[in-house]
Amino acid sequence: MHQKTQLQAETIRLISGTNTRKCMKCGKCTASCPAFAEMDISPHKFVSMVEHGEIDKLMASKSIWKCMSCFACVERCPRGVEPASIIEAVRQTVIRKQNNNYLRPENIPELLDPKIPQQALVSAFRKYSK
Amino acid sequence: MQRIGVFVCWCGTNIAATVDIDTVVEAMKYEPGVVHASDYQYMCSEAGQSKIKQAIKEHNLTGIVVCACSPRMHETTFRKAAKAAGLNQYMVEIANIREHCAWIHKDRKEATEKAVVLARTAVAKLNLNTPLTPGESSVVKRALVIGGGIAGIQSALDIAEAGYEVDIVEKQPTIGGKMAQLDKTFPTLDCAACILTPKMVDAASHENINLYTYSEVDSVGGFVGNFNVKIRKKARSVKADICSGCGICTEKCPSRKAENEFNLGLNKRGAIYIPFAQAIPNVPVIDRDQCIKFKTGKCGLCAKVCPADAIDFSQQDEIVEKQYGAVVLATGFNPIKLDNFDEFGYSQSKDVITSLELERIMNAAGPTGGKLLRPSDNGHPHTMVFVQCVGSRDTTGCGKTYCSKICCMYTAKHAMLIREKYPDVDVHVFYIDVRTPGKNFDEFYRRAAEDYGVNYIKGMVGKVAPTNGKLLVQGSDLIADRQLVIEADMVVLATAIEPDQTAKSLATMLTASIDTNNFFTEAHPKLRPVESPTAGVFLSGVCQGPKDIPETVAQASAAAVKVIGLLSKDKLMCNPCVANSNELLCNGCSNCQHVCPYGAIDYVEKEFRAGGKTSLRRVAQVNEAICQGCGACTVVCPSGAMDLKGFTNQQIMAEVDAICR
Amino acid sequence: MTFDYYPGCTLKTKAKDLDIHARNAALALGIELEELPEWQCCGAVYPIARDEIATRLTSVRALASARDRGRELLTLCSACHHVIKRVNNDIQTDDEIRNKVNNYLAPDIEYNGETKVVHYLEMLRDTVGFDTIREKAVKPMTGKRIGAYYGCLLLRPNNVMAFDNPENPTIMEDFIRALGAEPVLYPYRNECCGGYVAMDDKNLAAQKCKNITSSALERDVDMLITACPLCMYNLDINTNTAEETKLPIYYFTELLAQVLDI
Repeated sequence: MHQKTQLQAETIRLISGTNTRKCMKCGKCTASCPAFAEMDISPHKFVSMVEHGEIDKLMASKSIWKCMSCFACVERCPRGVEPASIIEAVRQTVIRKQNNNYLRPENIPELLDPKIPQQALVSAFRKYSK
Repeated sequence: MQRIGVFVCWCGTNIAATVDIDTVVEAMKYEPGVVHASDYQYMCSEAGQSKIKQAIKEHNLTGIVVCACSPRMHETTFRKAAKAAGLNQYMVEIANIREHCAWIHKDRKEATEKAVVLARTAVAKLNLNTPLTPGESSVVKRALVIGGGIAGIQSALDIAEAGYEVDIVEKQPTIGGKMAQLDKTFPTLDCAACILTPKMVDAASHENINLYTYSEVDSVGGFVGNFNVKIRKKARSVKADICSGCGICTEKCPSRKAENEFNLGLNKRGAIYIPFAQAIPNVPVIDRDQCIKFKTGKCGLCAKVCPADAIDFSQQDEIVEKQYGAVVLATGFNPIKLDNFDEFGYSQSKDVITSLELERIMNAAGPTGGKLLRPSDNGHPHTMVFVQCVGSRDTTGCGKTYCSKICCMYTAKHAMLIREKYPDVDVHVFYIDVRTPGKNFDEFYRRAAEDYGVNYIKGMVGKVAPTNGKLLVQGSDLIADRQLVIEADMVVLATAIEPDQTAKSLATMLTASIDTNNFFTEAHPKLRPVESPTAGVFLSGVCQGPKDIPETVAQASAAAVKVIGLLSKDKLMCNPCVANSNELLCNGCSNCQHVCPYGAIDYVEKEFRAGGKTSLRRVAQVNEAICQGCGACTVVCPSGAMDLKGFTNQQIMAEVDAICR
Repeated sequence: MTFDYYPGCTLKTKAKDLDIHARNAALALGIELEELPEWQCCGAVYPIARDEIATRLTSVRALASARDRGRELLTLCSACHHVIKRVNNDIQTDDEIRNKVNNYLAPDIEYNGETKVVHYLEMLRDTVGFDTIREKAVKPMTGKRIGAYYGCLLLRPNNVMAFDNPENPTIMEDFIRALGAEPVLYPYRNECCGGYVAMDDKNLAAQKCKNITSSALERDVDMLITACPLCMYNLDINTNTAEETKLPIYYFTELLAQVLDI
């Protein structure tokens, strides 16, 4: 593997605290994912693509914004791999870059409705920007 | 003074690559008592053994140290060689410089130093060795088989055929085990009952086989050749010797609330019942928790209708005490509980079933008469989903880490049988891997897919949602990289299997070891697969690890051969490395007796004369036939009276000194 | 018994109903909730990334403060409970996180995860007892068919949350029984409502919510209850717009107060 991709993959493993080698490729994560319909890269592929160092593709993926952190994949994985933690690590890697926020304060007014709870705003900012 | 020879083995490159053999040989020449030291490429070979024998004669050796592999591997080999050259075989010591040294070190210098230490330690011990002579014990020519499934039945039949008496203890009211519950068997699809029930009859009618059904092992004492076993015959509340098995009582019993265990709770049975039509013995048993007579004192209908007057409400558990030369463990398995896997909806819908439940539904003698009916409404299913690896290969603690081994094949069987009988039913199988190592197994699985159109989907199910009378099965199809939802009528879970819970208590009683999953451990995973590490205890069937029927039967026969080999001996040679009490030092404290796991120590009153006076003292005495040489007594003895032959305190201290030198 | 109470931001504003009824009901049941002084927002989502330290600090402040006051920390909002409980677990199990957090906060006494985090429902079950609620029910909801909506945050991951069986929970159903109503099991009660993704992809959240309410309606429920303001929001705006999925949704504390007639 190329040195850069190797480093990227290692970073994802560190941030997520997961061991992608434990995956036995059963696909229970993808079977459980409630956001699957909106994802371009499915949860099980996140695991194998980290294993193969394809981090750039993952960083460009739509899936990282669709994961709802519901932990269904984490709960049901028979090997304790935690795909949601990997997706989070990729998302963090993207938004930690300068000027790379997915959600910006100026987008907020158009999203607001009178019922929206603080919790939604705070969590969206935590997930989508730095 | 001993005359010791040291023989250093290269084990090809296994040892020689990491340990400098010459250094070891050279160092040993200067150890006390050593008069000869040499090396050879393969000490265990014929030529290597000859070298040892020759050196013993040539140098008039009194003992030898072989620096080689683990004593588990070749101690016996070298003892035999020494014996052939006229030495006492307990004048042989092994320094394990392979597993304990060469294999675990990379640095040649370090490894060589360690090899020297290990070798001189063995020399130090050998300097204090004395020739030992093993005693002999008798062999009771009878075997006990615990568990009456196909494994236990097969072992018993083979042992009985060789002319030895066998008792089978089975905790259920009938023998037959799990195989009796199955419908058809892979890969030939012959009906389980058709091939099992004749064997059950053979076992019951064999003059050398004695059945204790509805019975459990209460305790085990003794040792190989002389096990002393207490068997609890639970009260059936029916006199087995008078009962004709007509079954009128089971029909008339007014209590109908008990779950029928044989049908896995898919229907009910009476309080007095016979598990199934071909049960052996064909004698009913009263479930006292369910029986109205036992609960309220009223009823007793079964006693009134019994034409043989065989009902006996006052029957008590009976303890039978018997001696056995050998014990075969054949305690079998159960599917795991599915409490940790509620995503599959087992507890939320009757239409989600386990594979063993499906066996009962498919079985002509089962709750639906063999008709494939949906449990919730007895309707005909149109779509069925099978889920593999439910609870198997799970490292999260929710399930079992191992592959249950039988599920891939029985699921292929189920899928095939359903497509054969009901071609209108769509069958989908979610799989992680399809594992089919076995004669004609892969061909069988492919037939299910290719000839019967079973839809195999590489993926797993994430959730089963009972909705509008259907089961919405949400799963993944990894080949197509998609998530899919199948509207199914029934979902069948290939549930992991685990050892029966009795394995744990039996392991304690027999000092047979079990692994972290409660499977019995074999003496050697490859070379002694049907023996437990405890002498005289043998393993048969799934209690040792997941296996299918052909493998179980093969292993059962293998265990039987081992038992026959043991029972054919008139005398067994005992291990002479047993405890030995110095009566002059013994203070009569009883500590040793309390810790002895084998009951080998007794105390006797004995007269001692000292200084012209006679006194009566209480002292420990070891029964050498029972002692297994574990050494627990030597550790707790406060006066140092208890010692272990071949491993005396003095020898151990000499070894420690040699290491620390 | 007195608990340190952590209400969280949303309960002070949009989810006042969840908070006020909880306080009143607790009082009626003999439980004192003392609001933790100077609590700060938990951040609403658990920082999954192992290298995130700053986002864990507010939780640890609350936990350490409760420890110093010798109290258990009681939470109500599902998100706060999830975040605080998991951060507490990080402190207990991850040396690196514990050391870094203590370096940042420099508390008088190092925080090592001593505080017990209790959810309001757990308090009702374990401290008050559902039988007590049943006895004190002035206006039991007899005949009502209520579906519990658990969502994700209370249940998963079970090895940390240890709240209930994550795939077949029962605590809310037992609570519903204590109210005198009939709990209705439906398969999507532990499926995600869409959570914060609603801020980015309204359609996705809408689809998830429709699955949940139609699953509940298929079982003929009169209403749903929840413990999470975001679940409440998503379910409310997405399902109460169309006639076929219309379904009243309440915070569980609202019904508790109603049954206790407060």
